[in-house]
Amino acid sequence: MFADYTWSELGSIFAMQGFAGLVLFSVFVLMALGLAIIFGQMGVINMAHGEFMILGAYVTYMCSNFFQSAAPALMPISFFVAMVLAFFASGALGMLVEMGLIRFLYKRPLDTLLATWGLSLILQQTYRTIFGAREVGVTLPDWMMGSLPLTDLVEIPINGLIVMAITLSITVAVAIVMFRSRFGAQVRAVVQNRQMAGAVGIDTEKVDRFTFGLGCGIAGVAGSAFTMIGSTGPSSGQLYIVDTFLVVVFGGATSLIGTVASAFTISQAQSTMEFFLSGSMAKVLTLLTVVGILMLRPQGLFVLKVRR
Amino acid sequence: MTPMLTSARKTELIGFVIVAAVILLLLPAVTDAFRLNLVGKYLTYAFVAVGLVLCWGSAGILSLGQGIFFGLGGYCMAMFLKLEASTPEATSIQSTPGIPDFMDWNQITALPWFWEPFHSFGFTLVAVVVVPAILAFIIGFAMFTRRVGGVYFAIITQAIAAILTILIIGQQGYTGGVNGITDLRTLLGWDIRTDSAKTILYFVNAFLLLAVIALSMAVRSSKLGRILVALRDKEDRVRFSGYDVAAFKIFVFCFAAAISGIGGAMFTLQVGFMSPSFVGIVPSIEMVIFCAVGGRHSLIGAVYGTLLVNWAKTSFSESFPELWLFAMGALFIAVVMAFPNGLAGLYTSHVQPLFKRFGRKSAGRSAASGTETPAIAE
Repeated sequence: MFADYTWSELGSIFAMQGFAGLVLFSVFVLMALGLAIIFGQMGVINMAHGEFMILGAYVTYMCSNFFQSAAPALMPISFFVAMVLAFFASGALGMLVEMGLIRFLYKRPLDTLLATWGLSLILQQTYRTIFGAREVGVTLPDWMMGSLPLTDLVEIPINGLIVMAITLSITVAVAIVMFRSRFGAQVRAVVQNRQMAGAVGIDTEKVDRFTFGLGCGIAGVAGSAFTMIGSTGPSSGQLYIVDTFLVVVFGGATSLIGTVASAFTISQAQSTMEFFLSGSMAKVLTLLTVVGILMLRPQGLFVLKVRR
Repeated sequence: MTPMLTSARKTELIGFVIVAAVILLLLPAVTDAFRLNLVGKYLTYAFVAVGLVLCWGSAGILSLGQGIFFGLGGYCMAMFLKLEASTPEATSIQSTPGIPDFMDWNQITALPWFWEPFHSFGFTLVAVVVVPAILAFIIGFAMFTRRVGGVYFAIITQAIAAILTILIIGQQGYTGGVNGITDLRTLLGWDIRTDSAKTILYFVNAFLLLAVIALSMAVRSSKLGRILVALRDKEDRVRFSGYDVAAFKIFVFCFAAAISGIGGAMFTLQVGFMSPSFVGIVPSIEMVIFCAVGGRHSLIGAVYGTLLVNWAKTSFSESFPELWLFAMGALFIAVVMAFPNGLAGLYTSHVQPLFKRFGRKSAGRSAASGTETPAIAE
């Protein structure tokens, strides 16, 4: 299948597809990070994760509309305001959901899965009622549009670069929160041994609530970043939920590095294959490979060793 | 769980007789031909729900991919019917007569090899049961022998459902794509689109469903069924007692898959088409809710749950389409939070004590123990 292309063309194809893969990778990482915190750390299956992400996307949409009509001068920074708002909106909703629903189901993971699926249906219909069934696109500030020509054949879109920058900073921030802060230490303590953590004076319920809120907040940021590369509809979130779960499981549910590594592998494989095969076959092959590997190595790529 | 008392056994038998009377006498008596066909369609989902009661309720394995098996069974039957409908005479306007119309539209000039065996009705009947069971065996063997269970199993089956849907939609020329396999007319020369044929198919379906329920009851009350419950609650203890846990799990998963395949085939026969919208993630998880509403531990409950949810879905979507998703979502949450044992649980805790007062204590205990989580593999 390579015979029809010259070497330089092949090189540019790989570079361009590789870059497209990097953008996909960034979105995967953002989505999977939230899920890795909720699923990996707390063991909660949140099927409504995609809807938390879409909430972030809608917040970004409303925010950019607001800036456009009320304060056009501030438009260039609207996106960053939107992202912060998206984080807090999704995070707050997440904490509410934790208080009203998840809290009662920690011992029944399969039931959490069904309940959050129900939640996702309700959220989807809510979005459809409020924002309409049509997909909406966010107006980006002018400086985020366009692309940088690298060579005659290779062009790098600016919004892709921004998504990657956001992903990088969020990942670093999450790593710092989880591994360097007091809150992170508490979260990890609760994950490793809930009773001991409670015994040394950690308010485990509060930690649970904030962990869940943090995971959902990151989903909101992911949704915000997602608006740069795609349009948002009420059921967009559902399209990504399976991929995201596979990314998290493939990486080894408890390992944040694993999540990043598996997001990279999956997105690169998919976008490179997409050029040579049809999009659907690329996805089928990628998912099949991941499922196949998971059958051989169910614990995922990276495993956190914990004595139980 | 409920101890295998003779009274419990008697209740189950009475329940079976009642459900048989409802399906065979009451529903055909009170509904017209159109509604009866609709009920027949719902009852094909009940096959899946019954499979889930065994898989999820008894053995604690939650599969979010039962739509895969339902779809495979349905597609096997649809391929046979499509080949019968695509005789060279009927398709003479095509550039390649004698192959299904969608293949012709997709510039395929010869029948693909995996379609060939579906010329034979006998092979199709076997395939309806065996193809889902083989796939279930492959999945189950890979997962259960490596002791993958609980939520990981749920996620992976869901991913497989997604893969299969994408594959079916993507390979339009071989599978009919997103429209599925449509325009099915006759079964061995017998027109399945007439009202009388649909009524006959309804009864065939009803008898098959009752047979499957009876078979499942036999499985549950056998020693095998007791081991399934035991490994759900304390998997390690069963393993250390010398049982091959994986083999039991594989069996029950394959059994549920084969049942679902029968349901899918009956669906195709009664509805007249099969499409990927009955295979993917959303239908698969909806099938779980049919089972959960009926009661995950009750085979009879699964039938009522399926009928109730589908009836609600049809009537809601007719009158308030936008409310349906809210209702469905609320149903998911309510079933999990308030009624983990579904209709059957409500029956044991509220209706049964009215019949026999002394039964209150044991029924209350069984309802309480049923809310505990099935053991999840660490």
